[in-house]
Amino acid sequence: MIQIRQKFVQRSDPLIVLAPILAILLALVIGGILLLLLGRDPILAYRAMWEGAIGNPFENPTSLANTFTRAIPLMLVATGICVAFRGGVINIGSEGQLFVGALAVVALSASVGDSLPALVYVPLSLVVGFAGGAFWGFIPGFLRARFSVNEILCTIMMNQIAIQLLNIMLSGPLRDPSANVTQSARLPEAVWLGRMLPPTRLHTGIFAALIATVVTWLLLWRTPIGYRIRAVGQNREASRYAGISVPVYIILALTLSGGLAGLGGAAELTGVSRRMVSGFAAGFGFSGIVVAIFGRLHPLGAIPSALLFSAMVTGAERMQRTVQVHYETIIAIQGIVVLFAVSSSMWVQRRAARRLAIDVGMSPSDDEPESGAGDIRPAEA
Amino acid sequence: MTRAYRKGKYALRLLVVVSVLMTTVAVTAQEPIRIAIVAPSSIRDLSWSQSIHASLQELQEEMGGESVLQIAYSEAMSSVSAASETLRGYAEDGFDIIIAHGTQYGTSIFDMAHEFPDTSFAWGTATETGAERGIGNVYAYQAAAEEGGYVNGVMAALLTESNVIGAIGPIPAGDVRLYISGFTQGVKSTNPEAEVLVVYVGSFSDIAAGTTNGRTLLAAGADVLTGTSQVVVGAIEAVRSAGGFWFSTQSDQGDVWPGTVVSSQVYNWVPMLRDIVERHQDGEYGGIAYKLTLANEGLRIAFGSVDISSELLMAAGQAVEDIIAGKIEFST
Amino acid sequence: MDERTLLDVLVAASALTMVSAMPFLYSALGEVFSQLSGVFNLGVEGIMLVGAFSSIYVASDMGLDAGLLAGVLAGMVTGALLGLVMAFVSVTMQADQGISGIGITLLGRGLSTTLFILLADGVLLVESFQPIRIPLLSDLPVVGDILFNQNIMVYGALLLVPVTAWLLRRTTWGLQIRAVGQNPAAADAMGVNVEQVRYSAVVLGGTMAGLAGASMPLALTNVFQVNMTAGLGFIAVAMVYFGGWSPWRVMFGSLLFSAAYNLQIWVQVLDVKLFGETIPVNILLMMPYVLAIIVLVFARDMQRFRPQAMNRPFRRGD
Repeated sequence: MIQIRQKFVQRSDPLIVLAPILAILLALVIGGILLLLLGRDPILAYRAMWEGAIGNPFENPTSLANTFTRAIPLMLVATGICVAFRGGVINIGSEGQLFVGALAVVALSASVGDSLPALVYVPLSLVVGFAGGAFWGFIPGFLRARFSVNEILCTIMMNQIAIQLLNIMLSGPLRDPSANVTQSARLPEAVWLGRMLPPTRLHTGIFAALIATVVTWLLLWRTPIGYRIRAVGQNREASRYAGISVPVYIILALTLSGGLAGLGGAAELTGVSRRMVSGFAAGFGFSGIVVAIFGRLHPLGAIPSALLFSAMVTGAERMQRTVQVHYETIIAIQGIVVLFAVSSSMWVQRRAARRLAIDVGMSPSDDEPESGAGDIRPAEA
Repeated sequence: MTRAYRKGKYALRLLVVVSVLMTTVAVTAQEPIRIAIVAPSSIRDLSWSQSIHASLQELQEEMGGESVLQIAYSEAMSSVSAASETLRGYAEDGFDIIIAHGTQYGTSIFDMAHEFPDTSFAWGTATETGAERGIGNVYAYQAAAEEGGYVNGVMAALLTESNVIGAIGPIPAGDVRLYISGFTQGVKSTNPEAEVLVVYVGSFSDIAAGTTNGRTLLAAGADVLTGTSQVVVGAIEAVRSAGGFWFSTQSDQGDVWPGTVVSSQVYNWVPMLRDIVERHQDGEYGGIAYKLTLANEGLRIAFGSVDISSELLMAAGQAVEDIIAGKIEFST
Repeated sequence: MDERTLLDVLVAASALTMVSAMPFLYSALGEVFSQLSGVFNLGVEGIMLVGAFSSIYVASDMGLDAGLLAGVLAGMVTGALLGLVMAFVSVTMQADQGISGIGITLLGRGLSTTLFILLADGVLLVESFQPIRIPLLSDLPVVGDILFNQNIMVYGALLLVPVTAWLLRRTTWGLQIRAVGQNPAAADAMGVNVEQVRYSAVVLGGTMAGLAGASMPLALTNVFQVNMTAGLGFIAVAMVYFGGWSPWRVMFGSLLFSAAYNLQIWVQVLDVKLFGETIPVNILLMMPYVLAIIVLVFARDMQRFRPQAMNRPFRRGD
């Protein structure tokens, strides 16, 4: 009942809809001033950004396809972060989990070669990628559950370890024997995810990502396992009393979270780069955290959030190219956008809550959206 | 205010018209060649990315400026997927020559080269042009980093008093490994007593850690050091503070540290770039694997302003001659 | 080479460990204030970068040539300003703290590089703070070289540890910080201005992150480079958890982590063999992180020291 009313209130207050848009516009204006200071034409720059991210999809779908392509790993990583968060643990280690997932696929193809038909090989590679990431998520999960090792710290450290592991593998066992550089051999064609819109690199991994996102949502909200994960995330003490094995579900949350990141790595590998290089998918893990939080830490929120963020980054590349702005200037503008957007979104939530409170006559705090983006730190046991 | 602004605007329009007219004239004469670079680090990194950008600027000047050769660049592309989209974007924008200045960009180049048959692509460090697979518009390039490394090593061996020499790299791979092994070989060939201590920082950007590595080598008794990539700038400063000597590679660092950098192995991409441009004008878009060497002047030894003995200079000259004559066998 | 004893190596490594730990100490101790007041500031990395650039730009004769102390001041001021932005976004606007911090990191990273290109095309070098030998104490065997022959910013970082501990334990302001971080409603009921206290803690944290940034070019590298903090700011935030929000334990964690890094350099330098084989460099570079995890396994769980209201914006009437 209250939810319905809240939606109604949100719809009836134009400011609530407009505020985030206004915030982003304001941030872009500030960014525009920065561009002017650098002697660049901001209109030209932002037009390039739009064209790079979306453009006119009916004439030339390339830009939109690029945006979708990049959204695939972001969506998976962000969904993984949601699972951990709902389970009451913070996973900063997606970057490493993504690497290890992709490395596992490279190892698989190195040992199997091209002896499998695509119908078996492709799903197998995705499973193996998931397993690799899950393993890298299991370690901090186990250490958290068994030894109370802080998972934030542990996953940060595991990222660094994964980077070195990548270097070891690419300069040693998994190195491309035909070249004197740190990269793996090209994957056999049978393991590739098909490209749907050549010459763009939009690949069928997008379906895997969407399915994984929806399945994760179903798992968390429609199954007993998901219920227990969320119960542990909400209140460990109460879950323990209710007979839920808290350690098992903490481990499960981080393992699934890592698995989804690993799946993202596998999809990026078999769909886009098709060989492992140093610098592979760098930054996806970190961006995925932003995407997850923008998506309100909900798997279904990760879909639009990943697309939005991907559009921003993809557009920024066109902007750099067209008006020759330094990449880092674009990073600064992104920072301003993030700050404005996050400030306005909380402001709007409070405004909505206040209005609702007046409507139904209760304290505004009682109706904060469920854990919301306002708190990335769930209750601690 | 408004009037002045309007006047300014008219003047600007006039200027635009005139310049458009002038461009038209220029275009009828010859359309400028457009070159794009995608580089993994900043073009102000004093090393790898700066070397290609500086060479391109040099070539631009030599050929007659912006009206003949236009340069665009995207730097700090540490993400391969981002770089890939940028490379494709440059190709779609109709750039004539596209340089992917990192091994990791190779897959992206081969993915798109066949779609843009009139565009020349180049990538490095690499040896593979795809010619055997029927791809005709990709160049590969690499620098024989071990050659200048050897020359630097010969000089370092003569310069050291402690017989301890330090070498710093970001990660043990590719170009870095070539340079350091060549350097070590040069030291050993000249002064078998001297030992070369090698450390790797584990990062390309953590210059604080680079400094710490440099200071550690100094504490271990090294008085002459070398290092490669942008991560070593702090280490050079540490060596300067301690009054030691430094040998550089990739870009010329002698101007920045005049009393410390004895010599730099400079990657001179100009001859290669000139060749690619000329071939492009002749309708040839790829198929060559370039290698910068001392012999083809792709590598230059640039001396800093450190006072060095004639003996040192002679030894360096001899080493260069020997390498050019093929008398030195590299173990890499 | 041969006459070097294990002791010499340990002394040299320890002396450098102090320097390596310096930026961690400044930034992590600043983050302790911020987090204890209830604000998780993940923007340390970005603030450090801006602090590093502004300090060397002000100090260097290729920039404003205003001297090292002016440089330090510039780092602190820019750090405080970014801290103010963080405080405004997270306290006044009550935005999500984690994502605000990421915004600050992106802004700081982009701004520092843009300004570097705009104002100082190419290179910025500076003659940094020189070591100061403390009379008598520096003559002590072993500890003399490790502790008493450092530059002023290293001394400053070490002195900040007891100062921070004292501020937090013994002053009214320190107690207020911890009160608003544990139970803002109760603190509010007792007449503490929660917003004001959080602002002061976050701005101080920003100032110290700026100082950490300044310490890198002015007391270690002598030079600025794009993105030179290389993730150090995030490790500093991790150190705060590692140290369970206690200044002394934060110092211990920072020193331990830096020592592990410095020791692995020596393993490379001395080419230490394991089972007759040179240890692969990448394995060595992993070691500080593996060690950190192992230490965490054996350390007591620090979570119980966690400020209860961290990440929770405060509203009257909650």
